[in-house]
Amino acid sequence: MSSTPVILAEHLRKSYGTTHAVRDVSLSVERGEIYGVLGRNGAGKTTTVEMIAGLRRPDGGTVSVLGLDPTTQAAALHEKVGLQLQESALPDRLRVLEALELYASFYAAPADPADLLDLLGLTAKRDAAFKDLSGGQKQRLSVALALVGRPELAILDELTTGLDPHARRETWAVVEAIRDAGVTIVLVTHLMEEAERLCDRIALIAGGRVAAVGTPDQIVELAQGEHVLRVRPDVPVADGVLLGALAGVPGVREAVVEDRALVVRGGGALVQGVLVALARHDVTTHDVRLERASLEDAFVSLTGAEGTEPELATTAAEV
Amino acid sequence: MTTTPTTTPTTTPAAVRRGALAPAPAAAQRRGGALVRMIVSEARLLVRDPAAAFFSLGFPVVLITVLGLVMPWSDDPFNDQDPLLAQISGITGYTPIVLSLAIATIGLSSFPVTVATYRQRGVLRRLSTTPVGPARLLVAQVLVNLGALVVAAALALVSAVVVLDIDLPRQPWTVALAFLLAVLSVFGLGALIAARAATTGAANGLGMTAYFVSLFFAGVWMPLPIMPEVVQTIATYLPLGAATQAMTDAWVGAPFPTQQMVVMALWAAVATPVAVRIFRWS
Repeated sequence: MSSTPVILAEHLRKSYGTTHAVRDVSLSVERGEIYGVLGRNGAGKTTTVEMIAGLRRPDGGTVSVLGLDPTTQAAALHEKVGLQLQESALPDRLRVLEALELYASFYAAPADPADLLDLLGLTAKRDAAFKDLSGGQKQRLSVALALVGRPELAILDELTTGLDPHARRETWAVVEAIRDAGVTIVLVTHLMEEAERLCDRIALIAGGRVAAVGTPDQIVELAQGEHVLRVRPDVPVADGVLLGALAGVPGVREAVVEDRALVVRGGGALVQGVLVALARHDVTTHDVRLERASLEDAFVSLTGAEGTEPELATTAAEV
Repeated sequence: MTTTPTTTPTTTPAAVRRGALAPAPAAAQRRGGALVRMIVSEARLLVRDPAAAFFSLGFPVVLITVLGLVMPWSDDPFNDQDPLLAQISGITGYTPIVLSLAIATIGLSSFPVTVATYRQRGVLRRLSTTPVGPARLLVAQVLVNLGALVVAAALALVSAVVVLDIDLPRQPWTVALAFLLAVLSVFGLGALIAARAATTGAANGLGMTAYFVSLFFAGVWMPLPIMPEVVQTIATYLPLGAATQAMTDAWVGAPFPTQQMVVMALWAAVATPVAVRIFRWS
């Protein structure tokens, strides 16, 4: 669709005291897509979407959302943009339908609360108090509240954090249903699997900057440099010969000999180049292994300079 | 972590099939404004919490009724050292104290604790994402609490008059004015706590400290006229102490309690704008 972007953010910047939460973020989100904002905890994702949604004023840069300026037209913007924020609960004793009807009264032309309960699979829970809902049900109610104003754009922040795998999958189905209903979605997440499964395009955020933008496949492509080729010669060959054979082979970024095997990191036509070069030096091999990069590898490769590993590890531990 | 007992929405929900997020039918849109909705919702939440509802609404009436029926001093003169206070019964003298307690229970406990809980749990933050914004919820909270206070005070007064047969105030309008100023000053103090307390626990701690100090100086445990001079003097400068003194004076027909009225007005005039200024939304 060749329309103006739903979100156009350029060079956004935001600091809290001496902490530079967002250093330079530019995004362009098209109508009808599910756009992932992916990054580790503390990468600047939430601050970025808060600036886009008019909840925080950028220190620098410009942002336009649905043709509105969030810094001066927040109220008009909130009519058209639904936000589901991290850790936004409701009063314990507020019931599901009551919450939806209350929030519906905030908008000029709200959706039918009954329709939304249906869409989010909460019809059976319409009279349940918030505190009696499961984690997944709370998240779905939270999404319903973000949608009750019939937004053109929904921003969903860490939608599935803390959910068990089953509830997570249910919530993903809901996100797809919302997109099918014509809503543009910005999905903020630190979960690779979620981004890979749902997003049409992803902006990878690290250290307050955009490290890469593209479809999940393109992001993986960008990180092909982390492809690892492991070749064990059929007969032992001197290290120098192995490494020398690689001189001038395109795509090789790094090569070492580990335990008599040649380990080559690189991208492009790495596999073909390395095998041809070895054959040319009469090195035969039947033991070739290629470790393909996943989105998760790409994530580590593209954002590896910043932060630490454990944040990623927790995604598995949480489940 | 619990597993969600509901079924996965594998089939397309009806709402999606007919183009979900269609506008609600006009009939369903016929609704009160956001503020009215919020007031109704906050009032519902108050009565749904039995402990909070009892504490806010029922505690004053239960306290005065039980004391009036049980305590031997309830029919004795309130204070036989004082010509005016000697003319009213003990329980009549205790009525302004209970009215002060009703104000403090809501203004220093229910109100700030609820607001801090909403802040801590992200209720205010969520509202800031809607066109309505979070300020209206605070207005709704104040109005619901004021409504609860009127009910609590009315219950206590009705029981005091009907069951305990207290003496009616000599200057009811002055009592009413003192009550109004007491509400404004105590809610101002409560608003200061509500403005800054980051968590339910913090609001509870601050609120309860202010509450019990206030109750002491209001004479809940020992009526002010029989307390040491210094305590009575301090009480004059505190919202709830001034409230009790002013209402008691008006009850027995003493001269207009100008000093106490000014003290309460000052508390309200300072605390409320400061609370608005320093309020943290998240």
